Amino acid sequence: MQVILNVNGKTHTVDVEPRMTLLDCLREKLALTGAHAGCEHGVCGACTVLIEGQAARSCLMFAVQAEDIPITTIEGIAPGPGELSPIQDAFCETHGMQCGYCTPAMILTAHALLARNPNPTREDIVDAISGNICRCTGYAQIVEAIALAADRLRGANRPAEASK
Amino acid sequence: MSAPASFRYVSSNRRVREDRRFVAGKGNFVADRVLPEMRHVALVTCPHPAARIVSIDKRAALAMPGVHYVLDGRELAEATLPLMSGLETPNVPRRPLAVDVARYSGEWVAAVVADTRAIAEDAAELVDVTYEPLPYVLDGEQAYDPKSPLVHAAHGTNVLLDKTFVWGEVEKDFAASPHHLSLKVKWGRSATVPIETFGVLASWDPWREILDVWASIQMPKYPDQIANAMKLPASAVRVHYDVDVGGSYGVKRGIKHTVLVAYLTRRLGFPVRLIEDRLENMRGGDAHGPERVFDIDVAFDRDGVVHSMKMRALDNVGAYAGRSPFQLGKPVGAIVGPYRIGSVQYQAIAVTTNKTVQEAVRAFGQSPTNYAIERMMDEVANHLGIDRLEIRRRNFIRPEQFPYLIPSGTTYDSGDYPAVADKAAARADYAALIEERDRLRGEGLLAGIGIAACLEPNGGNSSFEPLLNPKNTTTTWMDSCRISVDLTGAITATMHTTSAGQGHETLVATIIGEVLELDPDRVRVVRSDSLNALPSNSPVGSRMAVMLGGATFHAAQKLKAKLVAIAAHDFGIPPERAVYKDGSVSDSGGKRLTWAELVAIAHRNFHRLPEGMEPGLSVAHIMQVPTGGTLPTPDGRVQMYPCFSFEFHLILLAIDPDLGRPAIRRYVVGHDCGTVISPKIVRGMTMGGIAHGIGAALYEEFAYNEEGQLIAQSFMDYLLPSSHEVPHVEIVHHCTPSPHTVLGQKGSGESGYLGAPAVLASAVNDALRPLGITVNKLPMKISQLSDLIAAAGNSK
Repeated sequence: MQVILNVNGKTHTVDVEPRMTLLDCLREKLALTGAHAGCEHGVCGACTVLIEGQAARSCLMFAVQAEDIPITTIEGIAPGPGELSPIQDAFCETHGMQCGYCTPAMILTAHALLARNPNPTREDIVDAISGNICRCTGYAQIVEAIALAADRLRGANRPAEASK
Repeated sequence: MSAPASFRYVSSNRRVREDRRFVAGKGNFVADRVLPEMRHVALVTCPHPAARIVSIDKRAALAMPGVHYVLDGRELAEATLPLMSGLETPNVPRRPLAVDVARYSGEWVAAVVADTRAIAEDAAELVDVTYEPLPYVLDGEQAYDPKSPLVHAAHGTNVLLDKTFVWGEVEKDFAASPHHLSLKVKWGRSATVPIETFGVLASWDPWREILDVWASIQMPKYPDQIANAMKLPASAVRVHYDVDVGGSYGVKRGIKHTVLVAYLTRRLGFPVRLIEDRLENMRGGDAHGPERVFDIDVAFDRDGVVHSMKMRALDNVGAYAGRSPFQLGKPVGAIVGPYRIGSVQYQAIAVTTNKTVQEAVRAFGQSPTNYAIERMMDEVANHLGIDRLEIRRRNFIRPEQFPYLIPSGTTYDSGDYPAVADKAAARADYAALIEERDRLRGEGLLAGIGIAACLEPNGGNSSFEPLLNPKNTTTTWMDSCRISVDLTGAITATMHTTSAGQGHETLVATIIGEVLELDPDRVRVVRSDSLNALPSNSPVGSRMAVMLGGATFHAAQKLKAKLVAIAAHDFGIPPERAVYKDGSVSDSGGKRLTWAELVAIAHRNFHRLPEGMEPGLSVAHIMQVPTGGTLPTPDGRVQMYPCFSFEFHLILLAIDPDLGRPAIRRYVVGHDCGTVISPKIVRGMTMGGIAHGIGAALYEEFAYNEEGQLIAQSFMDYLLPSSHEVPHVEIVHHCTPSPHTVLGQKGSGESGYLGAPAVLASAVNDALRPLGITVNKLPMKISQLSDLIAAAGNSK
């Protein structure tokens, strides 16, 4: 069946089976491969995207359920080719990753957190990313990245609207 | 070797270049690669722990629209050779699909190829396999019993390896020691469980006769093994090393997956991809880790100085032999840990059972052994009533004793274990920590202090292969780097393996920048494929700082020497009188050739080159492992790895007696990996290793029920630590450079995982000791702790 998806500010009409997950649709139909499959049962969070600005697991949602709802993927975060958003830059500054597999989801989760809470405590950050499993880092440098991004963003502008 | 302060780029807190693509979602993971006409595989798996395959009816599956093929084990076995095994066990053949008999629940029995993964999964359910269940064995000790059901009848026994080493005067030392103590400890079956499952895409080109392979692989000699099983020359297998691997920590070996899709793409004529789903990964992906029982006898004096140890280690390696029995071999190279134990008897036993196959796991078997050694040290201290920090101080190898030869034949390179322990104790304020523990106990909590040391052997050699298999005479485990400067003066370095988050591109660029005195950001780092690669043994055994770092350093030195030789020839002076600085070369009289001028001479002016010099600016270095190159002695002594990092973990933990949940209140780790090349990377490795070790100690277990079914087969049952479970960790650094490496560096990928399980066991046992409870099994799950506490009658 046909579904109209609004992803990163662009409208796409795609043909999908009703059972196709949003994750598979983004990856296979739209070639947006920044969202990753980790467990496909809603635990690891590697497939996180923003649905109306909220972090959500794209493996637990069918593509047909996402019709007309603004979706942001990691590909919609960088302000321009080769240019990093403040949150992306903060992850690079603290090396808040290793293999990079959970990273796009972590950054989107951080986006959602900082959009609703520009001044998070360490506990707020730990809580926000607790649904995103990272096997490499032990989380310390991820928590630091988000705290650094929050700090920098407070000194500048609010984070760009997540659905930008 | 220079003092750290003299480095320009090494040890500076620069960014990690790989990070830019990952934060943008532009990693190059195997599942991101799409080829035209690519088809997908799903597996049919055996539901029994052991069963004869009576028949496979493929008709309903093949009738489904979109299904191309159903492959069974017999067809595959006729066309391919069994997968390589490390030991001489020809009657334990391992193949991608079971042939006639399946030996664990979840073993692959057939593979379905379809237009989409979804169709392949649907069709896999329609493949009708008739089984005749067979007797099975799950427990390692039972499998060792000759009366046990046999996993491989033709092998005649479940024992793959049973070898006893005696290094030194063990019996004499036991007789001379006034105190003896015995303990049994168990390391539960867990693994590294990366968030990216294993995946592979293969495409056979019949016109060029080349098999192209993209895989999330971390595996020494991977192309050779595929070629061997496929009966192809390795020159017909092109493995692409530019695939980003989404975590591995040892397990991403995937030979069986690769041979399966390699056969299918050759047979069917289109590209075939297999990306495991989580269930396939955890059940039939053959990526479990050690499951090991230790029986230890230890002999010591009244001061707590340990003189001798007898260790029996029995590992339940699952249904087939991969490299897993070798995980009993690597610990030989650090069998006494950081302690001056004078003699050791070590019995290493690997048995097959009807469980999922093991693969290499971070530290390659050293972490279970370190846990056993550290539990022993705690028990010796408790036996004598000596403080557990003090007992380690009394047993540590002293800094002035390096290089230090341990009984099993390995010489440790360098270290200052007392200094690192003291630094950690000072940071934690050990006396105050004890007061805090006692204060928490006064509040009704079960509080404990954990203390554990660990040695991380690194530099990755394979001496455990000839040690455990005399027919294997491998004495090199080299790695390589190539550097080219093009006509425009730009530098490109090539590495010859995949990476799984270790930041190797940053490592290579940093070291080239250091040697050539140029900004590392000017260095492009690319990856070869296996057909244009220099030899590499991949990033295993915490080896790349030593081996890729070393190869890169030597290649850069060759490049620099060539530039100096060109300039000296041009100046008409001997090379030793020419001075290289920041990319230019000058003489004492004011003559100078810039980088651009030197590059132009090398590329364009053969008439200005010294006689016999090759034109252009390309150099390569293939590096032998430092201290490597010799076979084991007949009595089983061997130099295992070249370098030894050290960590000392000190924690405070409190268990709520009603819940049984351990909460880490303080975590301090003293860390010494010699010269740190990239502080950001080393910190991440340490923290990540600790998190991984916390998982192995408290949460993670591939648990089986008595019917032989894996009951932890999703992330709902197999619990990976989240940000809530990993505490804030304070790292205290110390630097004892290695004398064997170009910058004094050592490896750092495993220490955290070596120390954390041991320190958690130490703390939990300290916490429960007032109740008379000893826990000698990992993982120490919350449910089990709360049961033990309740049974002790102290639950309030």
